[in-house]
Amino acid sequence: MLNRGRNIEKGRVITRRMFILAAAKILLFAGISSRLYNLQISDREKYEILSDKNRIREWKTPPQRGIIVDNFNKVLASNDRVFQLHLILDEINDFDLTMFKIKNIIGLDQFKVKKLYKKKERLKPWDTLVVSDNLTWEQFSKINLYLHELEGAKPVLSTSRFYPYANDLVHVVGYVGDASPKDLEKPEIKENFVPGLKVGKYGIENSQEKMLIGNYGIKRYEVNASGKRISQIDYIKERQGNKVNLTIDIEIQKYAQELLKGKAGSICAMDIYTGEVVAMASSPTYDPNKFTHGINQKDWQEIRNNPLKPLINKSIAGLYSPGSTFKPLVALAALEYGILDPNKTIRCKGHKHPYELYGVKYHCWKKEGHGYMKLRNAVKQSCDIYFYEMARLLGVDKLSIIAKRYGLGTNVLGEVYNDEKNGLVPDTKWKRRALEQSWYLGETVINGIGQGYIQTTPLQLCLMTAQIANGGYKIKPHIIKDETINYKDVINKIKLDQSSFPLHERNYLDDINVEYYQRMYHKKSNINFVLDAMYGSTNEQYGTSYKSRYDDPKYQFAGKTGTSQVRRITDLDRELDLDTDQIEYKKRDHALYVAFAPYKDPRYAISVIIEHGGSGSKAAAPLASKLIKRIIDRHKLREQFNNGNTSLA
Amino acid sequence: MLRERIQASNYSFFDKLRSIDYLLILLIIAIGSISVFAIYSTEGGKFSFYTKNHIIRLSVFFSLFLVLSFVRVSTWYKNAYLFYIVGLILLITVLFFGISASGATRWINLYFLNLQPSELMKIAVIICFARYYHRIQSSDIQSYKFLIQPIILLIIPCYLVIQQPDLGTSILIAGSGIAIIWLAGLNIKYFVYSGLLLLVSLPFAISVLKPYQKSRILTFFNPDRDPLGAGYQIIQSKIAIGSGGFFGKGFLKGTQSYLEFLPEKHTDFIFTLFSEEFGFLGSIILLFLYILLIYRIINVGLVSRSFFAKLYCFGFATAIFLYVFVNIAMVLGMLPIVGAPLPIMSYGGSSLLSIMLGLSIVMSCKIYNQEQISVY
Repeated sequence: MLNRGRNIEKGRVITRRMFILAAAKILLFAGISSRLYNLQISDREKYEILSDKNRIREWKTPPQRGIIVDNFNKVLASNDRVFQLHLILDEINDFDLTMFKIKNIIGLDQFKVKKLYKKKERLKPWDTLVVSDNLTWEQFSKINLYLHELEGAKPVLSTSRFYPYANDLVHVVGYVGDASPKDLEKPEIKENFVPGLKVGKYGIENSQEKMLIGNYGIKRYEVNASGKRISQIDYIKERQGNKVNLTIDIEIQKYAQELLKGKAGSICAMDIYTGEVVAMASSPTYDPNKFTHGINQKDWQEIRNNPLKPLINKSIAGLYSPGSTFKPLVALAALEYGILDPNKTIRCKGHKHPYELYGVKYHCWKKEGHGYMKLRNAVKQSCDIYFYEMARLLGVDKLSIIAKRYGLGTNVLGEVYNDEKNGLVPDTKWKRRALEQSWYLGETVINGIGQGYIQTTPLQLCLMTAQIANGGYKIKPHIIKDETINYKDVINKIKLDQSSFPLHERNYLDDINVEYYQRMYHKKSNINFVLDAMYGSTNEQYGTSYKSRYDDPKYQFAGKTGTSQVRRITDLDRELDLDTDQIEYKKRDHALYVAFAPYKDPRYAISVIIEHGGSGSKAAAPLASKLIKRIIDRHKLREQFNNGNTSLA
Repeated sequence: MLRERIQASNYSFFDKLRSIDYLLILLIIAIGSISVFAIYSTEGGKFSFYTKNHIIRLSVFFSLFLVLSFVRVSTWYKNAYLFYIVGLILLITVLFFGISASGATRWINLYFLNLQPSELMKIAVIICFARYYHRIQSSDIQSYKFLIQPIILLIIPCYLVIQQPDLGTSILIAGSGIAIIWLAGLNIKYFVYSGLLLLVSLPFAISVLKPYQKSRILTFFNPDRDPLGAGYQIIQSKIAIGSGGFFGKGFLKGTQSYLEFLPEKHTDFIFTLFSEEFGFLGSIILLFLYILLIYRIINVGLVSRSFFAKLYCFGFATAIFLYVFVNIAMVLGMLPIVGAPLPIMSYGGSSLLSIMLGLSIVMSCKIYNQEQISVY
């Protein structure tokens, strides 16, 4: 019984201890439950986000660049599909191994691999390294096959720029290339950038980036722990950039470029009412397609070392003394200020008896002299002596007002080209400020024939000619199509200006800035006088560009030649009187020509510059003549298209 | 006493069937079925290797459980030390002929199954200790002579298991052994003193741990120490459970496990997967099933007459509790990752076998609950 009593006691102990344990178990299970509650109910959101972060990866898909078209909707810059391989650096543990694998899979050579290593060093650890931006389909599919073995590798379907008119348009449209750190600072690029995306480097491509770049898309994928894509959950489609419509007529542009072949120079053509730039050719040129995937060293050196400087857009960044093409403006200024009666006669006596001012001699270009000249003849035959005297009487400050008002001295296209030059229209104040010297009268004299300090771009000369040809009205030059500007409206505005303003009500003489489509002249007759003189220069015997004329009134144009010296002409030169091709290329004169056509009811202005081409009448005017014919032949088409707009597309 | 023995041996088969704890069987089936779904989900909803194997094992071991339930509890009692010795021999065999996986040597290749003797040892220790304390008079329990023996019996298997190395199982073996010593009525002061001693020696103990074990413990205190290395499992596990929310992401929709962010999802982290897919609600229900299971086991102990049965049932219930608690606390980031499977749920033959074996002894205690076991 004692045994039994002990056993009862033992049983009680066991049971009691069991209950103590059970209580502890309940406590611990309660602990687990509260932890579950914390994780799954209190902190649920936090863990949900973490879980999504785990499983969802975002891929940005590159947008297609907007296309660029000409006036007739012909595509000037389009997109090709390309295959690219990107490496996400922070997803790679062993870069060497990954590179080795990639090298073997797509067959990179040692040189390329070295280059990639260098490129990688410049990148931040979270950046994307673009291994290749132009894989073949074979390479691309191989990469996709081995993708699970390649850490951080990302095959990308992208687009690349293609320029069907390659060389003919590079100076207008520009080209694209890899984004530099500086490019990435621009907000429009920063906001829409996707690694491997090409951005505009020059020209329209560069300045219209905001229009062209588009918006990237986002693809959200579910990925597993090793980063392999399992399924696509979301796709915000990328948006292609907007179309940019230029005013260029590619046919005329092509022809202008063809005319310049083998020469260094520029041809610009502009609608004298709408201000639309129809052609803007610069020579020599180069192929922008070579830049899309990075230009190779050899091609780059070839472009860079070309003495004719293909990289310079001569139409807007080339600065030239206007030479005699400035004379119509000098004549206009003299008339407007009433300095001189157009019937005033000055005698040009040739090199033996040059114009003399304070002992300094100023020669006419014509050795034998022009004899007795009135103003119209002086323009027509481009007599320097007459203009020396006229400039002396006029003074440089008055001349500069008129020159600036007609478009010289400021850039023409505004922000479109970052390398467009302002040129220079000198006056006494400018000289004192910039050179800290006072103005010499001799400088006024040579300024009268467009030499000296004055510097203009070919496009400025074109604009100047256009604004004289349209009767002295200020127009808004542009190269990107502006639907708000059309011929009919402009004509109406000009007519309104003609009828509503009584003559002489306002002093136009000291005002440089004039509103668009308002008169810039003081007296209409002065403009008409200059236009008539230019007509004579081209269409009358002894006119400097008489040989390039058309008799058919449809094509008949009026123009002014110019020959701009690139160095001082010495007495020795005058004695030798060498032909252009006997002189060393660098020392030859620039040949210039400005014109408007058709003479009756003009619509287009044109400027031609051939660097070191010799005389304007021989080297520049014939090109202008050919181009004018082409422009007028296409005028009807252009007019129809612009009125009906898309009917011919 | 003789009369009772005769009485006990005269259970008719009908009596035996009647005294089966059907609720316990139901609970086993319930947890077993849940485990099938969970394992099926680890394979991304494909009926393949793991699921098939798990179903086969469940059915085989469940049948084994039913059959062994009818073994007399006195038979278990008689063979308790044998059980322990066989377990010990198997553990020593592992030391020499074991097969290794991921840096640990834990298994013996039995061709149809890679047996993990340490799992069997969990049960062996309980049954051995139950027998040991069954015969000791309550007055003798406090004496050092009777205290030193179980401690030696406990230290040998624990040491062998730590050598594998398998800290988790070793702790669980020790835990179940200590639980029975506690139940037998050893004075509380021993527990308090040894607890204090453990605390004091902890820094030393940590210094002799293997580097990976050390990093696991350090990671436990700060999982962000090495989020892609040692801390990865626990961070991902917490993300999975937390993102499950109240109702869970739904069956087969657990992105964390489906997308392979979860390590060892069929074994130690099966609860994580379950909790991600079935949420707080599912987890609490599963937890409740385990509590019920433990309750039923304790209940068997309460209705049993013999100390052996009582000690065994209470000890085994505590062991099950420990397995469940350690596993879930581990995947919830409340305990360091030590490698402890969740009973029945986790994929793994040995663990399932030992649990079923343990449960069959519980059932035999229930069926023969009136059987009085003599000391000798």
